[in-house]
Amino acid sequence: MPTSIVTGNSLLAIDVGAANTRAVLFDVIEGEYRFVASGVAPSTAESPVRDVSEGARHAIQSLQGILKKNLLDMSRGLILPSQPDGSGVDSLVVTVSAGSAVRTLVVGLLKDVSLDSARRLTESTYTRVVDFISLGDHRKPEQQIDSILRTRPDMVVIAGGTDGGASRSVQKLLDPIGLASYFLPEEKRPAVLYAGNGKLAEEVKSLVGSLSSYLHFSSNIRPSLDTEDIPPAESELAQMFIKIRKKQLKGLDVLDNWAGGHTLPTAYATGRMVRFLSNVYGSQKGLLSVDLGASSTVIAAGFKNKSVLKVYPQFGQGENLPGLLNHTSTEDILRWSTLDIPPATLVDYLHQKALYPATIPATKEDLVLAQSVAKQALFLAMQSAKRDFPRDAAIIKPTLAPLFDPIIAGGATLSDASRPGQSLLLLLDSVQPVGIATVILDQNNLMPLLGAAGSVNNLLPVQVLESGAFLSIGTIICPVVSAKYGASILKARIAYENGAEAGVDLKYGFLEILPLKSGETGRLTIQVGRGVDIGFGLGRGVKGLPISGGALGVVFDGRGRPLDMPSDPVRRRELIKKWNWSLGGG
Amino acid sequence: MIAPVHHVTGLTTIVRERLLPVSGNVIARIQQKVTTGEVVAETRWAREHVLLDVARSLGVSPATADRLIKCQVDDQLPASAEIAMGKGLFPRSVRAPREGRVVAVGGGQVLLEVGESKFELRAGMPGTVVQVIPNRGVVIQSSGGLVQGVWGNGRIDSGLMVNLMQSPDSVLTPYRADVSLRGSILLGGMIQHAESLQALAELPARGLIASSIVPSLLAKAREMRYPIVVTDGFGSVPMNSAAYKLLSTSAKREVALNAESTDRYSGSRPEIIIPLPTTSEPPIPSETESFAPGSQVRMRCAPAMGRIGSILSIKPGLTTLPSGLRAQSAEVKLDNNEIVIVPLVNMEVVG
Repeated sequence: MPTSIVTGNSLLAIDVGAANTRAVLFDVIEGEYRFVASGVAPSTAESPVRDVSEGARHAIQSLQGILKKNLLDMSRGLILPSQPDGSGVDSLVVTVSAGSAVRTLVVGLLKDVSLDSARRLTESTYTRVVDFISLGDHRKPEQQIDSILRTRPDMVVIAGGTDGGASRSVQKLLDPIGLASYFLPEEKRPAVLYAGNGKLAEEVKSLVGSLSSYLHFSSNIRPSLDTEDIPPAESELAQMFIKIRKKQLKGLDVLDNWAGGHTLPTAYATGRMVRFLSNVYGSQKGLLSVDLGASSTVIAAGFKNKSVLKVYPQFGQGENLPGLLNHTSTEDILRWSTLDIPPATLVDYLHQKALYPATIPATKEDLVLAQSVAKQALFLAMQSAKRDFPRDAAIIKPTLAPLFDPIIAGGATLSDASRPGQSLLLLLDSVQPVGIATVILDQNNLMPLLGAAGSVNNLLPVQVLESGAFLSIGTIICPVVSAKYGASILKARIAYENGAEAGVDLKYGFLEILPLKSGETGRLTIQVGRGVDIGFGLGRGVKGLPISGGALGVVFDGRGRPLDMPSDPVRRRELIKKWNWSLGGG
Repeated sequence: MIAPVHHVTGLTTIVRERLLPVSGNVIARIQQKVTTGEVVAETRWAREHVLLDVARSLGVSPATADRLIKCQVDDQLPASAEIAMGKGLFPRSVRAPREGRVVAVGGGQVLLEVGESKFELRAGMPGTVVQVIPNRGVVIQSSGGLVQGVWGNGRIDSGLMVNLMQSPDSVLTPYRADVSLRGSILLGGMIQHAESLQALAELPARGLIASSIVPSLLAKAREMRYPIVVTDGFGSVPMNSAAYKLLSTSAKREVALNAESTDRYSGSRPEIIIPLPTTSEPPIPSETESFAPGSQVRMRCAPAMGRIGSILSIKPGLTTLPSGLRAQSAEVKLDNNEIVIVPLVNMEVVG
């Protein structure tokens, strides 16, 4: 038995989602932190219960049933710390994504500079931008006031002014915000985050301080015209978001109290984890995490020197689904379908699913619809996120996704898929990764919880990650190439640890698998044809590359990038079925 | 597992809070009997503001302008009222461009509130005011039948209900709108044509109860001046048998439609209320239940979306569904005697 380097503290993590609330227990087993079990219950943020602590208690009760020990006392309070009889836990962290997107007014001096930075900052949490104000805004101040009164933002994010730069312009922007806040009833006044020229802090305080529900300051997100520094402001924004949510969601204050203030927005906690992982395991490639949730789709990416966190409520799988058609067409969603489904059926489905986000697809047709919608939502989210990835990220082609390794996927749509092949195809189609990468399925949706747990125990995330709590799907090889259907694009050979070998001749338009079980490693040799790039340069292969296995093994995606889909619907559906079968997706 | 409740009940006590979006005046008094369309509270707010830069108009400093400004906060000014006059042989003046109220003065500027509009909060159901919430609204109590819907167009009205449905899957067609239906609330079935909505507007009808609506007609339905309550969903969903039975047997009765939008966080839902006189208060329906054998349930999605059934048994552990997903499920006998396996999260208790 390994010597324990931890003090034996158990940690309960609760995630309050829009559809489900999960309670996950981490504890020390054989001297190291492990994911022990999780309990799930429907979220109770909404009517009729309208108290998120109830859903949390139900999730904990479900966990108690699995653990066969008490975590709640007779009055249904959390037993904290753990007792000699084994009941209770030693600490708690909470993450929250439930609730409607926070209505946000984005204010910046210059449209392409601070306003853009402020917009990028607001995309790091669950917001919906209701208006922009900048110096380039041609509206009169009274029109800006009327707009604020009409759109009733919950939050105002202000950026502008380089450190030491001019101050009068920033004051000019603040006037309409202060006046509009003055006219709003006290309980409806927005929270304000100021992330501009630090020298103006006192003036900002005097102009809008008494008129906002909360006033937060962060360091300047645009300290100079060519520098952007968003992460410190993300942390302030996360705190402000939790304050807003505590006002909106009954019971969150109870959970936050249990957690001793360790409550974070779910997306922010995921972003923390991605930053941490890219620092620890970072390579030349980026690290990508995608989370398809009911409230939003979250993309978090870590690169050598930058992390990007993007939260897209408009691409969530719950109440915002009918709005998806403002960003895409029924044809583009149904291009992913294996069944011939009329567009009207899809539109009915989107509206019905929005009424009941917690429902799950029980029929084959509903599953096809759910997965087609999820693919298109993730595809759109990736296209949006791509615009804000760093310019120096490792790429094969500027129009494609950067090189990522690993890719971590979570969220109910992905983790609930009946077979890993379905989840992988969803990722391959929507993310359209390039080159060679490991794909990991966060089947217990642990990423945000580990990110939150890191705030009270920085050893726990590392040990849980390395304990196999995530499901490795395997290694993917996605060459960038365009060729004729059926043309050979690469030849690969894998040498197993036991000396055996297997090979594949990948043809354009095909998906192929070479077996390599979870926990096994092998060495991969790839010879590519002319015009084929797998991340080592055009026409350059690789010899003896160490790779690790997974539930599916080594998957070769020969369908080209960007993904080449036939325009003929019958042919396309046949091919998608074939790709599904190739990955054992059924 | 908590089971949400979808109310379809023949006789119950209905208690509803009606609140202004911002503070205002509550008109109704405690124990007052109110009708569906009666105004119980009202408030006013300005739609527009006008900012007058007096300092710039007169060409003086903000401090000088502040001394020249003649109005104060809360002054009600008519159009062209003099706000400030400069100095000199031919002094320039600043006048109010529109009638309005002064809401802020300072820094050489005057902010006027113009185009004030009134918001009237209606009772939304007939009943008795049992509580007054100062400056915000009232709590109204009534007894009668209650059918909850899934979508509403935001309007409120009441009237005699006329049944145009022959069966739960009837489609509302425009030719059914004859002049004898004027002023009625119509039990109409599925809405699949814009012409049907327009025909009812031209009667005019006092309201429409529909089983489902095609999503492309939602914008048109929102434009209608009469309330529309959709009971079951989107597309071509027949009316659930419990609602159909209660509503179709209540034809020729007075009904109230509160077609407020569904808000899952506040709990507001569109509702149809059939007021009934009672000698004693019937019980208030519970908002949550538990799934149990014998529970009457309504399916929230495929298969059998919108159908009513009765739970035969809760299956132990997780059940693999035809989609391949695994979930805690129940065996349900539908109202046509078909037996289906349904995940618990896809159902709600009817009561």
